[in-house]
Amino acid sequence: MAPPPSRSPDRPHRRLRRIARSGPLALLAGLAVTLSGCAGAGALGGGGEGQQTITIAIVSNPQMKDAIELSPQFEAANPDIRLKFVSLSENEARAKITASVATNSSEFDAVMISNYETPQWAANGWLTDLDPLMAQTPGYDENDFIPAVRGALSGPDGHMYAVPFYGESSFLMYRKDLFEQAGIVMPAQPTWQDVAAAARKLHDPANGMSGICLRGKPGWGEVMAPFDTVANTFGARWFDPQWNAQLTSPEFKAAANFYVDLVRDYGTPGAATSGFSECGTQFSQGNAAMWYDATVAAGIVENPEESRVSGKVGYAPAPVVEKQDAGWLYTWSLAIPKTSEEKGTSAAAWRFLSWMTSKEYGPMVGRQLGWEHVPPGARQSTYQIPEYVEASKAYAKPTLDAIEAADQKKPTVQPVPYTGIQFLAIPEFQDLGTRVSQQLSAAVAGQQTADEALEQAQVYAETVGQSYQREGQ
Amino acid sequence: MAAPTTERPASTSETRELAPAHRGNRAGPALLTVLTWILGIGFFFPILWMVLSAFKKETDAYTSPPTLFFTPTLEQFQTVFSSGIGPYLLNSLFATVMSTVFVLLFAVPAAYAVSLRPVKKTQDVLFFFISTKMLPVVAAIVPIYVVVNNIGMLDNIWTLVVLYTAMNLPIAVWMMRSFFQEVPKELLEAASMDGASLWRSMREVVLPVVSPGIAATSLICVIFAWNEFFFAVNLTAATAATVPVFLVGFITSEGLYFAKLCAAATMCALPVVIAGWIAQNKLVQGLSFGAVK
Amino acid sequence: MTTTVERPAEIVPRQPASAGREGWVRRAPLLPALIFTIIVTQLPFMFTIYYSLQSWNLVRPGGPQFVGLDNYVKVFTDSAFRGVAVNTVVLTAGAVLISMVLGLAFALLLDRQFRGRGFVRTLLITPFLITPVAAALLWKTVLFDPTYGLINFVLSPFGVGQTDWISTFPLTSVMVALIWQWTPFMMLLTLAGLQSQPHDVLEAARVDGAGSFAIFREVTLPHLRRFIELGIVLGAIYLVNTFDAIYMMTQGGPGTASANLPFYIYQRAFLGFDVGQSAAMGVVVVIATIIVSTFALRLIFRSFQTEEG
Repeated sequence: MAPPPSRSPDRPHRRLRRIARSGPLALLAGLAVTLSGCAGAGALGGGGEGQQTITIAIVSNPQMKDAIELSPQFEAANPDIRLKFVSLSENEARAKITASVATNSSEFDAVMISNYETPQWAANGWLTDLDPLMAQTPGYDENDFIPAVRGALSGPDGHMYAVPFYGESSFLMYRKDLFEQAGIVMPAQPTWQDVAAAARKLHDPANGMSGICLRGKPGWGEVMAPFDTVANTFGARWFDPQWNAQLTSPEFKAAANFYVDLVRDYGTPGAATSGFSECGTQFSQGNAAMWYDATVAAGIVENPEESRVSGKVGYAPAPVVEKQDAGWLYTWSLAIPKTSEEKGTSAAAWRFLSWMTSKEYGPMVGRQLGWEHVPPGARQSTYQIPEYVEASKAYAKPTLDAIEAADQKKPTVQPVPYTGIQFLAIPEFQDLGTRVSQQLSAAVAGQQTADEALEQAQVYAETVGQSYQREGQ
Repeated sequence: MAAPTTERPASTSETRELAPAHRGNRAGPALLTVLTWILGIGFFFPILWMVLSAFKKETDAYTSPPTLFFTPTLEQFQTVFSSGIGPYLLNSLFATVMSTVFVLLFAVPAAYAVSLRPVKKTQDVLFFFISTKMLPVVAAIVPIYVVVNNIGMLDNIWTLVVLYTAMNLPIAVWMMRSFFQEVPKELLEAASMDGASLWRSMREVVLPVVSPGIAATSLICVIFAWNEFFFAVNLTAATAATVPVFLVGFITSEGLYFAKLCAAATMCALPVVIAGWIAQNKLVQGLSFGAVK
Repeated sequence: MTTTVERPAEIVPRQPASAGREGWVRRAPLLPALIFTIIVTQLPFMFTIYYSLQSWNLVRPGGPQFVGLDNYVKVFTDSAFRGVAVNTVVLTAGAVLISMVLGLAFALLLDRQFRGRGFVRTLLITPFLITPVAAALLWKTVLFDPTYGLINFVLSPFGVGQTDWISTFPLTSVMVALIWQWTPFMMLLTLAGLQSQPHDVLEAARVDGAGSFAIFREVTLPHLRRFIELGIVLGAIYLVNTFDAIYMMTQGGPGTASANLPFYIYQRAFLGFDVGQSAAMGVVVVIATIIVSTFALRLIFRSFQTEEG
């Protein structure tokens, strides 16, 4: 038998190396000892005396990665705070953060959520009221936030419960060069019929060119987002004011058939599994003539290092049919769960939040990482930074216009009992939207017709509607 | 219709390897050998390609047709390390080693009880153990989440240790049982007649027969614990996450870039692959014992 | 754990009084494992049954409310649930059977003397050792990718263009990845079986002038039966719970075309946060599994009985 591992207090890896020399069995035993030594409390590593560790759950989008990259500067300026990021994809982040906040677990001291969650969670009392904290922070200037975004992050009492990191609406991106070649003129306010006609003309699969790139990937944050704006402008709605599901109404059917046909006839290959990232690759690699998606996509499209079409792209407002101002409204923002107050970490969490959403953050990112990295759509002052305006002149104004025009209080032509444009601000929507998106995605894949998809979707929506009807009685 | 020929399982494999397997026609065996080689390489090729791609530059990885010759680079592995795989590796190691130790602590006495000194209803107990494996874990994930949350053990590595122990225990009891049945009972009884202590008879009679079984069982437990993803992704966040969780997080934040992804996947799979390669004979032995007895 | 020895257990039925004391001493080493397993694996299912009778959505304010069998009614009227159940059966049965056939073939090839036998065996078992998450990722990107994937490259001389395998054949794609991972396991098992064949019986058959195929059918296959049964049962146990591959490769899509029950229930639980309904689905699956597994376990335990009896 090999001798037992030494108990010297040196660093784990050095200890490991010494154990490794004394034979494999001791290595195993030694590992267990070493690990139980430093993992005993469930945490590997940890801060020193008097330090607070703040755990932040965020969505791993490019802008958030930039923030993580720059966060050591925050730690240098705030030596009493250590940051720990849990960076997850959108779906996972949502599942984890929701489960954690809803069950009052205290895993996270700050979370990244959207304008879908914020008003609901604020009403449930799950989030810390940020108004007093903002008032105490000199120079934070919450009035600088774009009003539409600020409104979308307010609770029923009008206070802000989350601060925006970036905001977005949706618009139509199109290849100016291809339109010119084909002799098509993009109207100042295109209709979906204009878009379909242009897609038909430019669709040329033999030469690797698709008419339009649209999302078809299941997920309420994927295919449902662009599709809901199409449905809204077609005059469709999910529910009437009495919570009767309307997914098989003529308007909804017209919208679904239009969307599915457009993608199937003139869309990109693999559309049924394409989301934001996949479409971004297709369009920026020059494989599609149009792309209707989030305004933040412009940052990808205009990045000369990764995109082959930068400088060739025009930007038009979200296409319409009946309803004007069809673009969506979305913002990734940061909030502090109520549990942090009990844990005593909310003050430290706010210090980080106010750094990441401050007026100075944008210019700092611009100077250090490049101006196209500046998170857009949150603060009005961003659009007064000369360098940013210069770097984003192609899309800055369309972005700002689209965000300001979006009104999530009145998303549809006919009256509805819910708010939200590309989502319904009700807790059941994550599930309902996902299920409906799965049906729609299957229609995009050609496994069923759009009408069949809506038949099943209607059943799901009726269940949700009934629970509200029961409540109303 | 069990064959009456199962007294000496896998232990005969060594002698069989030395014996000429098939005599007969000449061209056939050579062809079969070639076929076996082709199949083996074909089956392994995706892994080989993954490891090769991990040493490529992104521009070499993203080509059609695929690039075969390239200048290797450690760039991708550096990216993986700099995005902090270290703590995840330690977590995986801890959960794997500790759960395997606990599994053995529970399984060896249990297997001893059901095989060397069987009482009635042994069958039922074994049936119960293996049936717990059949229940879908997903059906219990919500209660587990709620309970773990209520006792404040979310994102704690010990939660994974406990769950992995429960996950591997049935298969371990089952495998260990078949090894214990190999222990010659007469010897054991003779030892106890002699007044030898339980401990001594354990060490001198039982351990030599059972130790290869412990090795085989440990290996199986290590494979399943290291590779486990479902509990890890649902019950951990920042401090207790394991390597598979790192891999998923890594690709979402870095994007689907082949070379980087291959480097991360290689790092993730490597420890268990090496362990499995080294101990593969034990694996064959362990599995065959479990089957026959 | 010593205090628990005195506790009468429900699992092991009554013994005659005289044998009782001795029986308990013999059982004592078994108890820690038994109690641990009951606590960790059975208690959560009790909770699951309780939750399945409640209407409880985590993201709606207000706690659980008793609703009786409402959740079960919803489960049985959900057409997607039925489709997913069928997927589960197809995926599990397909993957288990095909990997068993392949595994048996590989084992027969390896059960011969040739150069580099150990090396080829090492190559063949490696897929089983690869982390499933990494394996799924490998299949999704390196092999199945429509533009840069190896499969399309290899098949390109045969006029297969840029087929998007994963969205055209989602369930089959997942199954292929699973078969690749589980064939080595089946191969190891059947190889162990082949190597435990008594040499004299084979030799006797050969002396009797039996052909290779006849020997295989009459001697080898009956001998392998237990190994094959065991492989099928173990494979089914693990494959019916497949989650990683679906999660990484298709997320159950398009639609629910490649979702199996574990993945679907996971979505209901961690996407819909509908605790009541996901619990009801869990209970339905558990009951179905118990029915199926009782038959499956009978199968392998029958071999035990014949041996011990």
